[in-house]
Amino acid sequence: MELRMDPKERLCSETWTKSSLGNNDSLKKFTPDYQSFGNYGSQQNHQKWEDPSRLDCGVRIEPSFPNGDPSSDPSSSIPCNLGDQIKIPDQLGGQMKEAFVKATRLQDWDPRAMLTNLSFLEQKIHQLRDLVNLVIGQENRVLGRPDELVAQQQQLVTADLTSIIVQLISTAGSLLPSVKHNISAVNPFVDQHGQLGLSDNLQLNNGGSKVSDHSDQMELTGNSSAEQNYADQHNLCGSSIKENEVKDDEDGGEGENLPPGSYEVLQLEKEEILAPHTHFCMICGKGFKRDANLRMHMRGHGDEYKTPAALARPNKESSSEPMLIKRYSCPYTGCKRNKDHKKFQPLKTILCVKNHYKRTHCDKSYICSRCNTKKFSVIADLKTHEKHCGRDKWLCSCGTTFSRKDKLFGHIALFQGHTPAIPLDETKGLSGPPELGECNEAINGVGRTGFNFSSITSSESGLQNVVDLKGGADDPNGYFTPLNFDACNFGGFHEFPRPPFEIPESSFSFLIPGSCNYIRKTGGGTDDNDLD
Amino acid sequence: MKKQKSVEGSSSLVHLTEEILFAILDYLHGNPLDKKSFSLTCKSFKAVESRHRKTLKPLRSELLTTILNRYPYVTHIDLSLCPCITDNSLTVISIVCKSTLRSIDLSRSRFFSHVGLSNLVMNCSSLVEVDLSNGTELTDSAAAAIAEAKNLERLWLARCKLISDIGIGCIAVGCRKLRLVSLKWCLGVSDLGVGLLAVKCKEIRSLDLSYLPITKRCLPSILQLQNLEDLVLVGCLGIDDDGLATLKQGCKSLETLDMSSCPNVGRVGLSSLINGAQCLRQLILAYGSPVTLALADSLQKLPKLQSIKLDGCLVTCCGLKAIGNWCVSLKELSLSKCLGVTDEGLSSLVTNHKDLRKIDITCCRKITHVSVVNFTNSCTSLSSLRMESCSLVPKEAFILIGQHCHFLEELDLTDNEIDNEGLKSISRCSKLSSLKLGICLNITDEGLIHVGMCCPKLIELDLYRSVGITDSGIAAIACGCHGLEMINIAYCEKITDSSLRSLSKCSKLNTLESRGCPRISSVGLVAIAVGCKQLSKLDIKKCYNINDAGMLPLAHFSQNLRQINLSYCSITDVGLLALASISCLQSMTILHSRDLTPNGLAAAFLVCGGLTKVKLHASFKTLLPQPFLEHIESRGCVFQWRDKEFQVEVDPKGWKLQLQDTSEF
Repeated sequence: MELRMDPKERLCSETWTKSSLGNNDSLKKFTPDYQSFGNYGSQQNHQKWEDPSRLDCGVRIEPSFPNGDPSSDPSSSIPCNLGDQIKIPDQLGGQMKEAFVKATRLQDWDPRAMLTNLSFLEQKIHQLRDLVNLVIGQENRVLGRPDELVAQQQQLVTADLTSIIVQLISTAGSLLPSVKHNISAVNPFVDQHGQLGLSDNLQLNNGGSKVSDHSDQMELTGNSSAEQNYADQHNLCGSSIKENEVKDDEDGGEGENLPPGSYEVLQLEKEEILAPHTHFCMICGKGFKRDANLRMHMRGHGDEYKTPAALARPNKESSSEPMLIKRYSCPYTGCKRNKDHKKFQPLKTILCVKNHYKRTHCDKSYICSRCNTKKFSVIADLKTHEKHCGRDKWLCSCGTTFSRKDKLFGHIALFQGHTPAIPLDETKGLSGPPELGECNEAINGVGRTGFNFSSITSSESGLQNVVDLKGGADDPNGYFTPLNFDACNFGGFHEFPRPPFEIPESSFSFLIPGSCNYIRKTGGGTDDNDLD
Repeated sequence: MKKQKSVEGSSSLVHLTEEILFAILDYLHGNPLDKKSFSLTCKSFKAVESRHRKTLKPLRSELLTTILNRYPYVTHIDLSLCPCITDNSLTVISIVCKSTLRSIDLSRSRFFSHVGLSNLVMNCSSLVEVDLSNGTELTDSAAAAIAEAKNLERLWLARCKLISDIGIGCIAVGCRKLRLVSLKWCLGVSDLGVGLLAVKCKEIRSLDLSYLPITKRCLPSILQLQNLEDLVLVGCLGIDDDGLATLKQGCKSLETLDMSSCPNVGRVGLSSLINGAQCLRQLILAYGSPVTLALADSLQKLPKLQSIKLDGCLVTCCGLKAIGNWCVSLKELSLSKCLGVTDEGLSSLVTNHKDLRKIDITCCRKITHVSVVNFTNSCTSLSSLRMESCSLVPKEAFILIGQHCHFLEELDLTDNEIDNEGLKSISRCSKLSSLKLGICLNITDEGLIHVGMCCPKLIELDLYRSVGITDSGIAAIACGCHGLEMINIAYCEKITDSSLRSLSKCSKLNTLESRGCPRISSVGLVAIAVGCKQLSKLDIKKCYNINDAGMLPLAHFSQNLRQINLSYCSITDVGLLALASISCLQSMTILHSRDLTPNGLAAAFLVCGGLTKVKLHASFKTLLPQPFLEHIESRGCVFQWRDKEFQVEVDPKGWKLQLQDTSEF
């Protein structure tokens, strides 16, 4: 089974890559790396399949369906039909089964509507299969056909596939209110963030297998209430998986190490997180960052708000019943702080969520006015930086600054050709070290580039790193997080003294070609020729 | 050389090939004047000499361009006589010498900065050796400039206090071929700089880290240097036993280790540091922790150890005995100023180390006849014995030294009970080159005449306050020891001009200390000036009878004079001005010369362009105009103002009594 699975998996990943790319031709240049990414994904799955419990899953799923609704039959036929050719639908089947399982718990779902949806999908998949068959036939007959034709066919196939997937997901998602959530988060992958969808895909792949287990679990704990929100179920599911996978994650969660399920996971919307104010006046609509400020504001709206009771801090209801500890999830799918992540690490407070989301998933729009180089997405970070900006007096000839001298010397000891740079005020009168100036320029240039592609290609560059540094990354899953630029770049690079906040590390690629290959690839991402 | 010239006509000299002339010049290294007269022979000789010269030690920086053009093949420039070297001077050197220059000594020069160094390093790509010691104004920029000298192998940065880790870091990265680095007193350099140096410069053989604020943290990388032979850690107070105990492996290639003045390093740290140092030959632990049995035992495992210096340490008898029981055979032992050295300990040590060549037991005041008997019996191949102020050793003991130690070359018997019998015995040591008999009140001419007759190789003789010596003794020395270079007859009150006249036969004499000899007059000084052309250091303080009559001939004949002390002399402005015409003169001490006026001093200082150090009475500080002083200082001269009372000399016996009195309290 494993042997048979592997090439299919690969195919699956490739197809997925292409389908996601089909949405945006301009992103084509990244294809090769996606393939490597895809390979990686298949390896992941492969590992999963080696796990005996995982192997069982597929078997255990089967009985669960006859138990359900007869209407589930067509759905199970989908993977059967497509399984030989493309693996995705199988994976998706898993996803869909998850939906089904959920669905069986829900009172108010419409099986008929579902059935129509599914048969529509079935038809579409058949059509697509014919099309692909046709393409294969052409491939055998005509070698060396024009590339445009291939591209067109690819686009056609991928577009169709994409629509199938979207429909599948929305079909499944329509069943659950909280899944709708996810769809909205997943959806962007059809839009401009084509490449991000890829990681979603991976999530789905993993999810598929997880869910099969989940379904099993659900059979046992069948009487879980319908009102219980999805997140909780998911946690349950997560815990069950944990039990099965003890071998795999011995390290468990870092940080506070709360057992999953011992806390309540809340997830704020992106808009909520990015909103400047969280407390709004019911009367005039004015927003405030703090509730206390709102209460003070309310005094202006009348005497009833001036009473000590109104001004007092609202009591916490914790006194009556033991409060479940609240933890927060990042709404960004694929993020390690997202509850769907395999190694989910919850955030402690709303403030943590806000800062995390801004730092990791938002543009860095605050630029330090002193050095004009460092950028931040959290204004507090900027302020902290500005406090000691310029005081990072330990400067390397490569332009990197350090707040501590020992860090600079560690850096210099590590790299050939790097020299401590003499502060400028001391070199006055010297004809001027030209290389230093050039260096700084280079740094700025690179800094910009690095920033630019961190928003577009970060996932790619990160993956490249992961692929190259198999040994270096302790948890490969962690590095799939799209836009998690930091994590990507620092995999296997822990000894490197990091400047506080980031000068994009990719800048080194230009300054010391050859001395650190892994980074050069990252930097090379900006160059089309490199990849083609 | 002069003979050859006079015998053969210059016409026949033309036929000598350049190779032959070069070979001749190779032999003319003793006296710098020889080469001068060689080049004065004829134009072709001058040209040959110019091409032959490899090293240059110019007196004045003003003439650098001229002399550098004259000597195109100079590889080594020693600027230690030029206090004032500006960036321009360095640029001139760099442009003229280009890549022929391999070595430059800037240790006594000031007024240059990273700009000049940068030019130097840029143009002189073959630079192997740079001495920047005492560059107290040099900054990290200067270090960064030096870092561009990629071929640099030896670098001295002693007392460059402004250079920090950053500068050292630049050097470490830039000068990868460094073999010798001295960072003594570079107080701005810490573990980080030293550690980086050790990480980057793998060729280092010699490393001087004296008085640096370093700790154990830089030691692992230093000890991993594969070629390190010489490590100096004098006065590194940050290094202690706890830190050293964590070291896993000592340096295998280490040959010399100097851990002097590290009071926090004891047995534990030391044995950790020398663990595996199989090649260690010399260990210097002066002014450190007490030398106990445990410490001595921990050093036992060094198979090649030849020399150990424990100066100023507290030494126990067991410790010395344990050293005596080492299976290695020591060649050199120094216990100078050690407390606790007893006859028992020392005797057991010297009887086991029969190969000892050098013993230093200066100020070991507890040792007696017994020790001397033991080491003279067992260490017969002794070449150096220093036993200043071993006051319990009786005069009979010194006879033994002369009887047994015939190979002595250096003997320091300052402040001992030795008498003429002893001196007669010691005169058997015919190889004696350095003899110190200061404050030996029991010796007279009788003994010294024996020395003069039997020790023809004597180079240095110290008779400081040996008041029994008169002219006849000195005459015997001057007659027998033609190679005499240094003599100290300070406070030998009986000495007159006659002694100086006899000493004037010693043509190699370069140092004469005749402080406090009231019977010496200008006449004697003139004799010295005429006879001893190489005289470079002259101390005639408190020779009240020396006046301008002595100064004028001195100024005329002693063109090599570098240093002079004229305090209490009866010279006037005229004499001083004459003296100032000596172009080499660098250091002057003129206190209590009552006939000198501020104008005379000012004129003399203006004339004497090479002055680097002047000691003057503080009263002149206000009498000389401030701008004038600043001008002189800008030429590289340092004024030291002294405010001493005018002293009337006490009688010599009284001086010793006075000394004993003060030491008792």
